[in-house]
Amino acid sequence: MVDTNELLSLDELEAAGNIRTGRKHVLSILVENKPGVLTRVSGLFTRRGFNIDTLSVGPTDDERVSRITLTLDGALHPIDQVVKQLHKLVNVLKIKDLEPTETVARELALFKVSVDGPTRSEIRELAEVFRGKVVDIGKRSIIVEITGERSKIEAFERLVRPYGLVEMIRTGEVAISRGRDET
Amino acid sequence: MRAVDAIMECLKAEGVDVVFGYPGGANLPTYDAFVDAGIHHVLVRHEAGAGHAAEGYAKATGKVGVAFGTSGPGATNLVTPIMDAMMDSVPVVFFTGQVRTELLGTDGFQEADTIGLTMPAVKHSFLITDPRELPRTIHEAFHIAGTGRPGPVVIDLPQDLSKVDIPYEPITDVHLPGYQPRTTGNQKQIRQAARALASARRPVIYAGGGVVLGNASEELRALVREGGFPITCTLMGLGAYPAPDPQWLGMLGMHGTRAANYAMDEADLICAIGARFDDRITGKLSEFAPRAKFIHIDVDPAEISKNIPAHIPIVGDAKQILPRLTDEYRALEADRPRLDAWWQRIRTWQERHPLAYEPAQDGGIKPQSVIEAIYTVTGGEAIICSDVGQHQMWSAQYYHYPEPRRWINSGGLGTMGFGLPAAIGAQMGDPERTTVVVTGDGSIQMNIQELATIRQENLPVKVVVLNNGYLGMVRQWQELFWQERYSHVEMNTYGGEDAFPDFVKLADAYGIRGLRLTNAETLEDDLRAAFAAEGPAFIDVRVTRNEKVYPMIAPGEAARDMVG
Repeated sequence: MVDTNELLSLDELEAAGNIRTGRKHVLSILVENKPGVLTRVSGLFTRRGFNIDTLSVGPTDDERVSRITLTLDGALHPIDQVVKQLHKLVNVLKIKDLEPTETVARELALFKVSVDGPTRSEIRELAEVFRGKVVDIGKRSIIVEITGERSKIEAFERLVRPYGLVEMIRTGEVAISRGRDET
Repeated sequence: MRAVDAIMECLKAEGVDVVFGYPGGANLPTYDAFVDAGIHHVLVRHEAGAGHAAEGYAKATGKVGVAFGTSGPGATNLVTPIMDAMMDSVPVVFFTGQVRTELLGTDGFQEADTIGLTMPAVKHSFLITDPRELPRTIHEAFHIAGTGRPGPVVIDLPQDLSKVDIPYEPITDVHLPGYQPRTTGNQKQIRQAARALASARRPVIYAGGGVVLGNASEELRALVREGGFPITCTLMGLGAYPAPDPQWLGMLGMHGTRAANYAMDEADLICAIGARFDDRITGKLSEFAPRAKFIHIDVDPAEISKNIPAHIPIVGDAKQILPRLTDEYRALEADRPRLDAWWQRIRTWQERHPLAYEPAQDGGIKPQSVIEAIYTVTGGEAIICSDVGQHQMWSAQYYHYPEPRRWINSGGLGTMGFGLPAAIGAQMGDPERTTVVVTGDGSIQMNIQELATIRQENLPVKVVVLNNGYLGMVRQWQELFWQERYSHVEMNTYGGEDAFPDFVKLADAYGIRGLRLTNAETLEDDLRAAFAAEGPAFIDVRVTRNEKVYPMIAPGEAARDMVG
């Protein structure tokens, strides 16, 4: 007879898929622009035990419709399940699990770096190389805006961190599929 | 007209003739409208009773049930039936009152974020912000609740908005771009499924609650008879196929028959129809039906390949798909292998392991025998509303349901306190039929106040309590899996064997005829007399205390390791 009180080891949990380290997914979700819709979408992820990595929401060219771009880690099978469950939400119009190679994805980040006299120009040079924009300069700090792929933002972060990164803020990715087809 | 009067007009337009509810401050305007509406409103004694009654009504009739509650505590009391309706795909529209819009978000008196509280438990919900939207919202709520995979829909209405004047016009169209249930099924996949069925040597049809919900029982019978297939049903699917039939293997799953579970275990093809491979069915997932390929027919695409990967998925309505599947199958007649060897093997299991129990040695009443007696006395014609526990499983095993919608229980959520209020709804939905509540001494005390509703509505509901003084199912698990460390399962420790409360006196207090049965020899006659008498009855049957539900697949075990 089975002992239901038996504790599972961490290895067993991982083998059972309860600890996930799958590939990254970018979901593009068109929803009706109505109150509470974002809660319904994000709540569904909570209920199914998924951790949303980034999430951004904004209007589309149709004022009745908003687009949610959502990135998360997960093994392929449970993502299918999440997409199917999302489809069941009455306010969800369309979902696409974007193929990374067929997708243009961008993120915006603001970096506040502490500077003194000589390092100020070094940061400005770095920003230029990254096609970033200096949006604020103070006596002891500088704010740089970087737009681009995740890897670029992360690279810039690595470079400026040693100077004294006061804070950083990222929007989360927005993504659109290549070619003529709608995302 | 006042928005609340428009609600009444909308309900009548949807064909609603009975609703269940409880008034309070925030829905007072709505209750004012009930005075002149000409809709039968049933006053329950707890909002959970309203919700479960609406579920019982929906399950018995196939129509959309309706429940009303006020804001705050009224709404939170509805959360359990809302979740229950979600788990069992029951079409119910819940109307909750909400505080005045100026109080929203201020922690006002009896304020609760009903939309937030119920969001993970609904098929959809609406917070009314513009009262002119009410007629459209109500029509869409009924549409969403009753179509596709049915489910609960909540409409939350702030008190002040419910009183304003709005123009009323009946709404008949629906604008829901994000809600387009697929119903027809793909013809290519249906043909593929027919071929698979025709070439299988050990096929099993596995039908679930979706067949009942989709009114596809006749269509299921046609397919099963055409192919001579063995068929088993889930707890929710009982009655989808007539139990007194030679092709019927009995229920499957945790407390299913050995024949049904062994057949699934050895099957080379399983055709699942409106069933969702719940853990109570599959046991240990990795060892479930290891030799089988799966056809999965379901109106909800999210159910397909959720737990078990489907080799042939068919998304759509069973009522539409099954006749086409049967036609395609019939056309393949020449190529079918004979199933004689398979049936022979199944018959051996059935003969060796019939559903049975030991008679009591000391003249006591065995709980299983009570269900058998109810079956005999009602001729299988009653609606059985069960609560949750051992009595539920015995009602599934020992009452043989000949038709769908005669078996009403809380399958997915397993809500104790479901049976009595559900019977109120079922009896009102199908007044000519005998409605029996089978419950336990634990379950009945979760919503026993609804006896007052039964009295007030003068409903001839027969309540049968299988009283063993225990939370029997929990006791069974503690006995089998927790080394007999009995923790808080004895319901009547005060006074020892004298089970309390005294249900006969309690029934009497509610103005309902109560009686106690203790004699196994006269059990059937006593029940017959109690059922034959007019009006409601509350029958406290003292059963042997330590009986267990067998057979059983222990949690996490495989079907072939059934015990008992």
